[in-house]
Amino acid sequence: MTTPMTTLTAATRTKVLQRQGAAVALVLMVAVSWLVFPRFGSLDNLRDLALQGSFLAVIALGMTFVIITGGIDLSVGSLYALGGVLAAWGSQYGFLVALALPLLVCGLIGLINGLLIARTNMAPFIVTLASLLFARGLLLAITDEGANTYQIPPDSAFVELGRGTVFGFGYPIFIAAVLCVLGGMILNRTSFGQNVFAAGGAEQSAILMGVPVAKTKILVYTMSGTLAGLAGALTAAYLQSGVTVIGVGTELDAISVVVIGGTLLTGGMGTVLGTVIGVGLIKVIQNVINQIGTLDSNYQSVVSGVFLLVVVVLQRILRR
Amino acid sequence: MPTDPVIEVAGVTKTFAGVRALDDVDFTLNRGEIHALVGENGAGKSTLIKVLTGIHTPDAGRITRKGHISTIYQEVNLVPLMSVAANLFLGREPRNRLGLIDRARRSADAAELLTGYGITADVSSPLGTLAVGEQQMVALARAVEADADVVIMDEPTSSLEPREVETLLEVVRKLHEAGIAIIYVSHRMDELYRICDTVTVLRDGRSVHSGPLKELPRIELVSLMLGRSVNEIQKHGTTAFGEDHYAGREPVLEATGLTSKPRINAVNVAIRPGEVVGLAGLLGSGRTETAKAIIGALPLDDGTVLVAGKPVPHNVKAATKAGISMLAEDRKTEGIIPNLSVRENIVLAALPRLSRFGVISRARQDRIVDTFITRLRIKVSSPEQKVAELSGGNQQKVLLARWLCTEPKILLLDEPTRGIDVGAKAEVQALIDELAREGLAVLLISSELDELLDGADRLIVLRDGAVAGELEGAQLTREHVLGAIAAEVMDDADSN
Repeated sequence: MTTPMTTLTAATRTKVLQRQGAAVALVLMVAVSWLVFPRFGSLDNLRDLALQGSFLAVIALGMTFVIITGGIDLSVGSLYALGGVLAAWGSQYGFLVALALPLLVCGLIGLINGLLIARTNMAPFIVTLASLLFARGLLLAITDEGANTYQIPPDSAFVELGRGTVFGFGYPIFIAAVLCVLGGMILNRTSFGQNVFAAGGAEQSAILMGVPVAKTKILVYTMSGTLAGLAGALTAAYLQSGVTVIGVGTELDAISVVVIGGTLLTGGMGTVLGTVIGVGLIKVIQNVINQIGTLDSNYQSVVSGVFLLVVVVLQRILRR
Repeated sequence: MPTDPVIEVAGVTKTFAGVRALDDVDFTLNRGEIHALVGENGAGKSTLIKVLTGIHTPDAGRITRKGHISTIYQEVNLVPLMSVAANLFLGREPRNRLGLIDRARRSADAAELLTGYGITADVSSPLGTLAVGEQQMVALARAVEADADVVIMDEPTSSLEPREVETLLEVVRKLHEAGIAIIYVSHRMDELYRICDTVTVLRDGRSVHSGPLKELPRIELVSLMLGRSVNEIQKHGTTAFGEDHYAGREPVLEATGLTSKPRINAVNVAIRPGEVVGLAGLLGSGRTETAKAIIGALPLDDGTVLVAGKPVPHNVKAATKAGISMLAEDRKTEGIIPNLSVRENIVLAALPRLSRFGVISRARQDRIVDTFITRLRIKVSSPEQKVAELSGGNQQKVLLARWLCTEPKILLLDEPTRGIDVGAKAEVQALIDELAREGLAVLLISSELDELLDGADRLIVLRDGAVAGELEGAQLTREHVLGAIAAEVMDDADSN
């Protein structure tokens, strides 16, 4: 009987290092921050950190699936903002409309992305770049170029979705956690999940093996759009209004955390847990830079960028 | 043999861009038989397989299928990053009561299944970490487990080690015993005769023979594949050696013991200046691999290459520097840059020599390009014409010019006249002759026997990656070559 340690091949070693690498970095970051910044470990700060991370985690969850199929979804930042505005506008008609409208509209745009990518074989980059522009434009049009901010009535049940807490932890944290657990199960324990890996790992082979590659891609982009819409709705509920200026560049944040989490940008390999760790890492870095106070908040991006580069370089080296 | 057809093909015709890939083909596969499908490159085997599996729809004809068909392709069509177990059960994963994939059972089932195929690797490791032969075996296991009634194997042993071939043939036999019908495509005569019951020979898109294999002598099978009459092959030529024009000259290229498992094994090639040596053999016999091994583009397990007596390090850069140039088989993917001009394409390889401190002398370029356009009789409106606009023959001449302006001592030509019209073909052949007379050592690879017989001074016949015979002088006849390929006539001649 061979133990996993003795059968460690190059590829599995890569996998372990990619996944555990981010986890180790996260643990180190948290430990150091805890010691250096007294406020970091306070319950309030941790609650805030988790809440901030939950919105990004919901978007990045969809992105994880997309990237594992070997694709990319640039539209999620715009859909995130659009989802928020639609939720805020819909909240005047009640809880259900406020929640369903962003999911349906953003899901529909995701579906169109998927159809175009899977059926016409157009590059995901171009297709989703087009919907990034489309969704942002639509958003500006319905808000009178951002001048018109829809407010959510403070007494509406929808606000509770974003601001309600259990032991001080916001509902969005639990929603994101449940979704990520579900996502992980779907990815690893269902045929659809296996098809996602196969489509990204070797598309032509997958087709010859009878995997419904086109259907899988369509589903994945629909999922990504819907989740971006949901993240928007949750954010709107939390902020009590549909803010039009958010979500610019969020697609890049989502891609970064997915890749930092060890998902191969070329597709075929990745985990939801890795993505969650990636979100944690980015948010801890942001949080720490805020704690330092004297450091310009723009350094958040600098540090995130360096991190991403290190991860991608490591992926390349370890894949040899 | 009882006739119980699982696949029946009648009068199937399939045309691609005006070319008949299949022309009124009949084909019957009976339950439980192992049916060899043979033919030279372009005979229509792949097209027939794709028609059988439904990837292509025939233009005319009728196909009747009973049961499920699984296909194993020459390249392993699995997902390298996914685990062995996941690959094996992709699309039919075992579930638990909640409808989720039962990973423990999947691994256990996979491990148990694969031991039957001689694989003991960890089924949870990514498929890509297995050896190619093992991957091929996983593909086979997957295809068979998919409850197939018919399994089509397209060159399944082309990338396998001898030991792995044995395992595969064993599995094929087991399938046969289980009543599964098999279509076995291979160029390896030994394998075909060992396991196949019946054979269908395709040539130029037509089915030229179908019947029991055991009753068909090898020599006849080869003659059917190549379209030569048996009489023609069985007539022996004289065995006297012809006059040796190069007797006094030392070989400029000496490649010895070239081995790159499993493709080529201990191949020796020596070429003297001014000599054209032909490489003959069926597709997959290791012709291209031998050329690639000489120029350093194929990783070697063993073997040395000497140019003018000096060893050449095994990489393309060193080989090129030592004076070896290679004209690749597929000029579209491995040579020509269609959107650049004729001039740019020609001087590409010579740029390092033409430049000083990174600046390229345009005047020198023009001189060289003009010389070659005239000498090789390349038909262009101007040197600035895009190569994409030229005919196949002229494109080939441009490539030839590119390598000639690096002033090679040894030129390796892989199918230099493939895909060009008859007139241009004769011109390219004349050019090769001319270059050799000027002292160039040439290695000529061609699937066309006539081209080799006319063009080469000496022939090396390859079979299954090893040298099956060397022919020169009066031995340069079709009969001898076919005999060496079929492996029978040569043995007879040796024992005489």
